[in-house]
Amino acid sequence: MIAVVADFNKSQDRLHVTYLPVSNVEQKVLVATAGGDPPDIAGLYAAQVVSYADKNALLPLDDYLARAGITAADFIPVFWNECVFRGHVWALPTTPATIALHWNKGLFRKAGMDPERPPKTIGELDEMADRLTIRDASGHLIQMGFIPWEPGWWNWAWGRFFGGRLWDGESKITCDEPEFVAALQWVQSYGRKYGKDQLQVFTSGFGNFASPQNAFMAGKVAMEIQGVWMYNFITQYTPKMEWGAAPFPTAKPEQYGMSDADLDVLAIPRDARHPEESFEFIKYVMTRPAMEKLCMGHRKFSPLAKVSPAFWASHPNPYIRLFDSLARHPLTFALPHLTIWQEYSEELSVAFQKVYLLEASPEEALATVKARMQKRLDRELRRMKRLGLSPA
Amino acid sequence: MSPVAREPLSSRVGRAEFRWAMLFIAPWIIGFGVFLAYPVVVSLFYSFCEYSVLAKPVWIGAGNFRDLADDDVFWISLWNTFRFAAFALPLGMIFSLGLAAMLHICAIGRATFRAIFFLPSLVPVVANAIVWMWMFNGEYGLLNAGLKVFGQQGANWLGDPFWSMPALIFMGFWGVGGSIIIFLAAFQEVPVEMYEAAELDGASSWQKFWGVTVPLISPVIFFQLITGIIGVLQVFAAPYIMTGGGPMRRTLFYSMYLYDNAFRYLRMGYACAMAWILFLLILALTLVATKISARYVHYQGS
Repeated sequence: MIAVVADFNKSQDRLHVTYLPVSNVEQKVLVATAGGDPPDIAGLYAAQVVSYADKNALLPLDDYLARAGITAADFIPVFWNECVFRGHVWALPTTPATIALHWNKGLFRKAGMDPERPPKTIGELDEMADRLTIRDASGHLIQMGFIPWEPGWWNWAWGRFFGGRLWDGESKITCDEPEFVAALQWVQSYGRKYGKDQLQVFTSGFGNFASPQNAFMAGKVAMEIQGVWMYNFITQYTPKMEWGAAPFPTAKPEQYGMSDADLDVLAIPRDARHPEESFEFIKYVMTRPAMEKLCMGHRKFSPLAKVSPAFWASHPNPYIRLFDSLARHPLTFALPHLTIWQEYSEELSVAFQKVYLLEASPEEALATVKARMQKRLDRELRRMKRLGLSPA
Repeated sequence: MSPVAREPLSSRVGRAEFRWAMLFIAPWIIGFGVFLAYPVVVSLFYSFCEYSVLAKPVWIGAGNFRDLADDDVFWISLWNTFRFAAFALPLGMIFSLGLAAMLHICAIGRATFRAIFFLPSLVPVVANAIVWMWMFNGEYGLLNAGLKVFGQQGANWLGDPFWSMPALIFMGFWGVGGSIIIFLAAFQEVPVEMYEAAELDGASSWQKFWGVTVPLISPVIFFQLITGIIGVLQVFAAPYIMTGGGPMRRTLFYSMYLYDNAFRYLRMGYACAMAWILFLLILALTLVATKISARYVHYQGS
């Protein structure tokens, strides 16, 4: 981003953008906006767009987009959709991400398996995971093929991978659909098969994500779901590792190639002082050269629909086109446009824990989530009605 | 001295002094007003509003309180907090009282041991929490390494639905250094004549402790009880870092749910309502404790 900002400042002499990297961006933008002194442009996570737009903290960009001639067709649909809420565009995509199965070819070879053939269905995944699991003489786990909660960032997403929906888009929470139940039954099968206590002890020994002790990079887990950024960490910490990336296995073969898509965005806070100038910069970032420079800097792919051949040719990640194709898959999903998503995702995580710790059946755990979140959604809908807002 | 006769002069001097006094305490008064009194008052107002920080507060009457009554997680967090308090507070007090008594009796190396027991209280909460996370770690933890010597396989303490709460309570004993010092000071306040008198009456050590020491340090025990109640009901930093409320919300405490509502779900009005409920609970418990202990607390000279 620093380089792109510098390019923009050089490209014209009317505006100057100062890049201010901050930690905890969600809280800082929140406090600055509430205090009436927001930044001119905010770099946010897509997850914040709905919540901020709902609370009237962002400027709708529709008029600016019309004038600049930027349309949905310029972007990969899943990313554009993440910026649209209640019929308005509130932000524009910057660096995107999708997630894929990463596997350790060295461990495949050691287990006598074909290192070039990753699992394609959940059934194959389970079977391969079994062959890749190693215990010591006392039965203590020392290597696992796969663990559904490692790294644990997508515990909420398994139901989506199995084809379930989080809500009906209007007023009903639907996490008790059979697909979600099936997903959690699958999760529970790992707790049963390998022993929940054994697994807990084993996973507690994993090091930090961004370190050579990372469970995948240290060879403690042979297959893991991870994002397009994993390449950066592997090259930094374990450059000698032999690894591959492929679409995550799915319950049904026709779903193969789907993923979860996420992205960062640029938005203009409601009370920003120079909205015209702010959009000028955002428009610049949306041009193909600037966007590709930005995404190349992050070693990610581009959220734009059209990509220049030079971008692919010079990209260091050997699997970059895979991540791009995952984003374009029709079944690929992103965060739901729910204002209560933060709570909903945590509720799903609690259900996930109950299930893998064998403290509840998938049906029970999901029924609790549904009951609680339906209540929350009903309240939220009442609030929106009072304020004259539509739910999505 | 007759104040009436000297009224004019003294009131002039008084007013001037008053002005100076106000000037000198102004920094504190202003700070108190801006950073304490104002937030306290508006938080009461917000507790009756729907307030997301980003949008203007909207008055909804008792809506937040009604929703709280119907919020399972609110009750879970309250129950967890009381469960924690019910063990952490009495055990912590007995533990620190016991250690203080031992330090008091044993004259050899008192200063050294006092320093050793007090040291952990100087460690910042976050550092302490992270050290204990490693102690409780299932694979590499010191605790499990110790159990292994006895041929036992320990749990992943903080990730275990049953053990996570006891682990946090146990960890709390690490921080009793402050109470030990206060108890120790209290022990040393007890007049020697009292013990001598008790000895002449043929009292045993235990009788002396129970009949002389405890009543005489009861105001200090009471003080520890009150500050303890306030402290344990607000427990936040260590569990927030160590377990994040997990597993399965078994260690989700009241202040953590309050924080989540305020800063993660952007439901500031709801969080303010929770804060006021906690305040009233602490107030009520303190009053009850005061009432009950009135019979047992003996102030010297009264």
